[in-house]
Amino acid sequence: MDISSILSLLQTSVELGLVSSLTVLALFLSYTMLNVCDLSTDGCFTLGAAVGAVVALSGHPFLSIPAAMLAGVTSGFITGMLQTKMGIDSLLSGIIVNTALYSINIAIMGNSSLINLNKTETVFTILKTALSGTSMAGMYKAVIAVIAVAATVIFLALFLSTRLGLAIRATGNNPDMVRSSSINPVFTTLVGLCVANAFTALSGCMLGQLQKSVNIDIGTGMVTMALASLLIGRAFLGRGKITTRAIGAVLGAVIFRIVYAVALRFNMPAFMLKFVSSVIVIIAISGPYLKSRIPVIKRRLSAKKARA
Amino acid sequence: MLVIDKITKTFNPGTINEKQALKGLSLTVNDSDFITIIGANGAGKSTLFNAIRGKFLTDSGSILLDGEDITLQPDYVRARNIGMLFQDPMLGSAPGMTIEENLALAAGRGGWFGRISKADRELFRERLSLLDMGLEDRMDSLVGLLSGGQRQALTLMMATINKPKLLMLDEHTAALDPATAEKVLELTKSIVRDNNISCLMVTHNMQSALDLGNRTIMMDQGNIIFDTSGEERAKLTVNDFLLKFKEAAGKALDSDRMLLER
Repeated sequence: MDISSILSLLQTSVELGLVSSLTVLALFLSYTMLNVCDLSTDGCFTLGAAVGAVVALSGHPFLSIPAAMLAGVTSGFITGMLQTKMGIDSLLSGIIVNTALYSINIAIMGNSSLINLNKTETVFTILKTALSGTSMAGMYKAVIAVIAVAATVIFLALFLSTRLGLAIRATGNNPDMVRSSSINPVFTTLVGLCVANAFTALSGCMLGQLQKSVNIDIGTGMVTMALASLLIGRAFLGRGKITTRAIGAVLGAVIFRIVYAVALRFNMPAFMLKFVSSVIVIIAISGPYLKSRIPVIKRRLSAKKARA
Repeated sequence: MLVIDKITKTFNPGTINEKQALKGLSLTVNDSDFITIIGANGAGKSTLFNAIRGKFLTDSGSILLDGEDITLQPDYVRARNIGMLFQDPMLGSAPGMTIEENLALAAGRGGWFGRISKADRELFRERLSLLDMGLEDRMDSLVGLLSGGQRQALTLMMATINKPKLLMLDEHTAALDPATAEKVLELTKSIVRDNNISCLMVTHNMQSALDLGNRTIMMDQGNIIFDTSGEERAKLTVNDFLLKFKEAAGKALDSDRMLLER
C-alpha cells in the first residue's frame, strides 16, 4: 500500500470522523453534561439527513442546513417534553421518538427509503466548484466539516459558560441544586435536548450531502457509535475545561473512524462496524467497573484457596 | 413574615402505609425570628420544611410568605425567597462544577446568557473569605473535591448570597465532625444576624435548641405541641424542657439521640 492511498484513506476517515463528531458533540451535551442518554439520536440523525436532502433537492443548498437543525430541535423538544412533562421515563421517551421518527422520515423522503443527491447542488458541490483549480481542490469536504465542527465547538464552549449553560450542566450533576437556585430543571433539560438534537440533525444532514445519498438506515447505530467515540475521546482528553473536553469528543470520533478504516484494511467486513462500536462502548463503560471489582475477586479466590 | 395556616399532609393515602405527617399545623414566623425546632424522629420536622419549600403540595391549608400565597407554587419558584440546608452536605451543590460556577448559579445574575463577570468574582471572593477556609483561593476547584464541612459552608453561602426571606436548616451540622460543626454553626449565626434573615432550624441538641435563636418550638405527631420565647424561654433548662414535653405530649421524649446529646 503506497503513501498516497494511505493519505487518501486517512483523509476520508478524518472527513467522516469530523462529520460524525457533530453527533458526538450532541451526546457530549446530552449524555455527559445533562446526564440524559438520548436514544432518539438514531432517528434524529436520519431526520436531519432526510430534511437536508429534501430541501437541497428543492434547490436550496444553504437553507438545507438550518432546516435540518430546526427539525432536530423539534425532535429534541418532543423527546424532552415526554420525559419532563408527561411522566415517561427518559430512556423510553428516546426509544418512542426514535420509532415514530422512522415513519416521519419515510414520509419526509416522499414515501421512499432512498434519496439520491448525485446531481443535486449541496454545500459540498458549491465549495468544490469554488475551490476547483486551487491547491485546496481535493480538500473541499474536509474544509466544510472543519468549519462545521469548529463552529459547534466554539458555540458549545461559549454556551456552556453562560448562566443557562451552567444550569444545564448542574441539571445533570445535581438537579436539586438547580431547583434551589430558582431554576426549573424541566426548562434546562428541554433546552439541552433541543440544542443537542440540532447538532445530531446537522451531523445527519452533512453526512447525507457528503455521501450524496440518504437512505432510511443512515442513522442506525449512530447513538452507539457516537457513544464509543465520546468514550474514546474521554480517555484522551476527559478532564479540564469544557473546550478541551469538547475537542476530546471530536478527537474520539476521528480516532474511531481511523481505527475502523484500518480494521477494514485488515479485511474486517464493513458490516462489523456496529458490532465493534458496541464492544467499544461495553469496554469503556464496564471496564472501570470490572477493574474496581478485581481486588474483591482476588480476595474471594485467595480465601477459597485458604479453605481448601 | 411566614404565615402557615392549618396545613395537612398525608403520605400514601388509602394504603396500609398511610401516614398523616402534618395534622393541621399552624405557625407564624415573624421577621427576624430565629426559631429552633425540636422533636422525636417522625414528629414531622422535615415534613414541615418540605411543605414550606414546596417539595410537595400540602393537602389543605395555606402558606403565605410576606403576604404572597405560595401554597401552590412549585419549589423552584419558592427557592427565590427560601434557602435551605440539609443534613447531607452533598445535597446543596453540584460536585462536577467549580466553586465559582456553583456560586454563579446561586447568585443568578446577568440573565440566561450572562457570564461570570469580574465583579461577580470579586463578590464571590469577598463572601468566601468570610468563611475563613481558604476557599477564595480555590474558586476553580471542583466542589466534589471539598470536605463535607467546606461543602456545607459553601452551601450556606449559596443559600444566602441573595438574601432569602426565610432560611431553613435541617440539622445542617449533624453530619459534620464536632469542630467543623461548631464552625459552620458560628457562621450560620453571624450570617443570619448580619443579614437579619428569618430562620428555622431543626436540631437534636436540646441545649443548643435553647441557646440559639429567640424562640423554640417542639413538635410531636405532625403538630406543634409547645412554643416558647422571651422570658419564659430564657429560664428554661433542658430538664424543664423534657417535663414540658411530657406534659404536652402525654409521654416521655424517647429519642436516644436527643437524650445522649443533652
